[in-house]
Amino acid sequence: MPGRTATAPEAGHGAAAGPEGGGKPAVRAVPAWRRSLRPYLLIVPALLLTGGILYPFGLGLYYTVFDFAASKPQPDLVGIGNYRRILTQPAFWDSARVTVAYAVGAAAVETVLGVAVALLLHRSSLVGRVLEKILILPLMIAPVIAAIMWKLMLQPSVGVINHLLEPFGLGGVQWTDTPTGALLSSIAVDVWVYTPFVAILALAGLRSLPASPFEAAAVDGAGWWFTFRRLTLPMLWPYVLVAVIFRFMDSLKVFDIIYALTEGGPGDSTMVLQIRAYLEAIRFQRYSFGISYMIVLWAVVYLVTMVLVRYLGRIQNRAAEVER
Amino acid sequence: MDMHAHDRRRFLALGAAAAATPLLTACGAGFGGDRATGDGSAADDVTGPFDWKRARGKTVKALLNKHPYTDALIADLKAFTEKTGIKVEYDVFPEDNYFDKLTVDLSSGRASYDVFMLGAYMVWQYGPPGWLEDLGPWMRNSSATGAEWDQEDFFPNLLAADQWSLKAGAPLGQGGQYALPWGWETNVVAYNTEVFKKLGLKPAETFDELREVAGAITRRAPGAGFDGMYGVAVRGSRSWATIHPGFMTMYARNGLKDFTVDGGKVKPAMNSPEAVAFTRDWAEMVKKGGPPSWTSYTWYQCSSDLGAKKAGMLFDADTAAYFQAVKGASPASGKIAFHPGPKGPGGSLATNMWIWSLGMNARSRNKSAAWLFLQWATGKEHLRKGAIEHNHIDPVRKSVGQDATYKDKMRAIPGFIETFEAVVDETRIQFTPQEQFFDATTSWAAALQEIYGGKNASSVLNGLAGDLASKVG
Repeated sequence: MPGRTATAPEAGHGAAAGPEGGGKPAVRAVPAWRRSLRPYLLIVPALLLTGGILYPFGLGLYYTVFDFAASKPQPDLVGIGNYRRILTQPAFWDSARVTVAYAVGAAAVETVLGVAVALLLHRSSLVGRVLEKILILPLMIAPVIAAIMWKLMLQPSVGVINHLLEPFGLGGVQWTDTPTGALLSSIAVDVWVYTPFVAILALAGLRSLPASPFEAAAVDGAGWWFTFRRLTLPMLWPYVLVAVIFRFMDSLKVFDIIYALTEGGPGDSTMVLQIRAYLEAIRFQRYSFGISYMIVLWAVVYLVTMVLVRYLGRIQNRAAEVER
Repeated sequence: MDMHAHDRRRFLALGAAAAATPLLTACGAGFGGDRATGDGSAADDVTGPFDWKRARGKTVKALLNKHPYTDALIADLKAFTEKTGIKVEYDVFPEDNYFDKLTVDLSSGRASYDVFMLGAYMVWQYGPPGWLEDLGPWMRNSSATGAEWDQEDFFPNLLAADQWSLKAGAPLGQGGQYALPWGWETNVVAYNTEVFKKLGLKPAETFDELREVAGAITRRAPGAGFDGMYGVAVRGSRSWATIHPGFMTMYARNGLKDFTVDGGKVKPAMNSPEAVAFTRDWAEMVKKGGPPSWTSYTWYQCSSDLGAKKAGMLFDADTAAYFQAVKGASPASGKIAFHPGPKGPGGSLATNMWIWSLGMNARSRNKSAAWLFLQWATGKEHLRKGAIEHNHIDPVRKSVGQDATYKDKMRAIPGFIETFEAVVDETRIQFTPQEQFFDATTSWAAALQEIYGGKNASSVLNGLAGDLASKVG
């Protein structure tokens, strides 16, 4: 019946039908059982995700207490034997040393370069915007592809790097043939790929800083270095630290770049923990032993990250207090 | 409110229990799934007269490595399907990933592939866990195997290379037949005739001569119009593949052993005084006459350097040189000749080999069809076609090696047939069969790199032997 207006039903009864001839439709009341179920349904994706993470992790952890290997498909229970064996192996400590050297070296260089690049881009205008676009190109390349590309470029006889260095009398460098050269070359590739990531984070930080302290410093005649040391860096530090945490964690877990570039050699000079774990678990098929390596690496990354995240929290709290 | 909190906790607890259930189930299921049960071979089920069409309508899934031998096989697959009515589906992977893919697939306990390519060394790794079908019963069953397959036609050392008792240190040629020889490679010296002629060099007959010639080419070739040429291309990457071609061949020709077997106990022997001296000399040869960036050299680089006239010699698989030597294949084609390489003391031409074999997944549900495929792929007809029409050289069958058309084709490459015939009888697996082969040889390659880098050969090899003693013994 045109012109007739429906009355809204009382909550809980939920029976009122919509008007036949238009007007405002009635809202159907949601039954109580569905309302109470809703929060549980909403956490289902999170539960599935958590299960997807915990299941392989738990299974891996379970395998580490056995001596499961291709040569021993019916394994014995060894308890913490695998961990004890790993921690008493000189090879593990060599790998740990290489892994830390790599992670510290890569994260440090990337942080310094990334912040420097961000500062440069923050100052310039058109050139900065163009460079910004170019800068993110390495991030578009899979690290393993970047490593293969660099491997070719670093070839002593046919690589473009030595070709470019030749006019300066520096041709013929055996980039990845010496232990130090191999480690530095691997770090250089990591720096090439990931410095833009740090730069982008730092640039985002720089652009979000309040202008007034810098204007005040300029009015007071503060120099660039003073402003950078006393204002920019402390205020930017939380952003930089986020980048450091990401890069340090990632560098501790590095596999692709080093494996593609040096396979862990020459000798064991670039044999990081991830490559050793891969060789043990996949190549040599000592599954339990290989997984134990990965669990140890996980523990190291977890502890280091926890310390860094706590430090980041303190820094952020301090920054928040300063702002108040 | 309290009630809600209680419900939520209970719900989470139930959720956690549900999430843990598959974990507990998996734990209960044991490791790597159920093992094949029963001692009888599926070959025993094949009875009656031999029939190529026995499994028509079936599909065989093959995992293959990217290789000229594979190209020859794929080019002829239609003939197999016509002969048997069996379809073949295949995946081809580059060598860098191939064995990882195969290893993971086999260790998962699934039968994704019925047949696959493998080397004899892989038998030592895949055989003991029970992943490989023993082909012996299939070969012996005349209902499953046609008379024309002719087992006697295989070079006996090749058939023996894939036969093992699965006991560490036990010699090859005894026990189960875990794969069939399909294509192989001897390790010999190939050289650039142009640079040898210009510098007045002759192929080396001893290891000392080889080191001298390699050094002489590196020193003199660039000044004689061969810019950037070095002496000898040999592999150097941190991989088992570095040890097995030229290095192991020369090592064996010097009468040296990787391991000794004493009372069933396998002991590392790569740190004997003679082995230390040889390894030091090899590293020295690479330093003075080897490729720049040697530590990353695989057979691809070695082969292409010979073809690009960057290497005066190649001490590696004969196929690696052959693919550069054929007409139009590379700038050096037509100028590459073959030589058996330096002899050891007493004239030894003991040569290590790489053998591309074909194996069957022990968990295959399609064994009868898979066996027909293996039989066809290693049969005379296909192998002859592959050798003559394609690049499936180094025949595993005597009849193909003696085939006049094949010989005519190979005569175009100077010294190839003579070299092949000189080393064929002395070519065999020179390693001691044992399950930790890949760990041992990868670590050995790493040790070689360290010695090349200047570390003391004796202490590096003692360290290696000490480490391997606990793993292999």
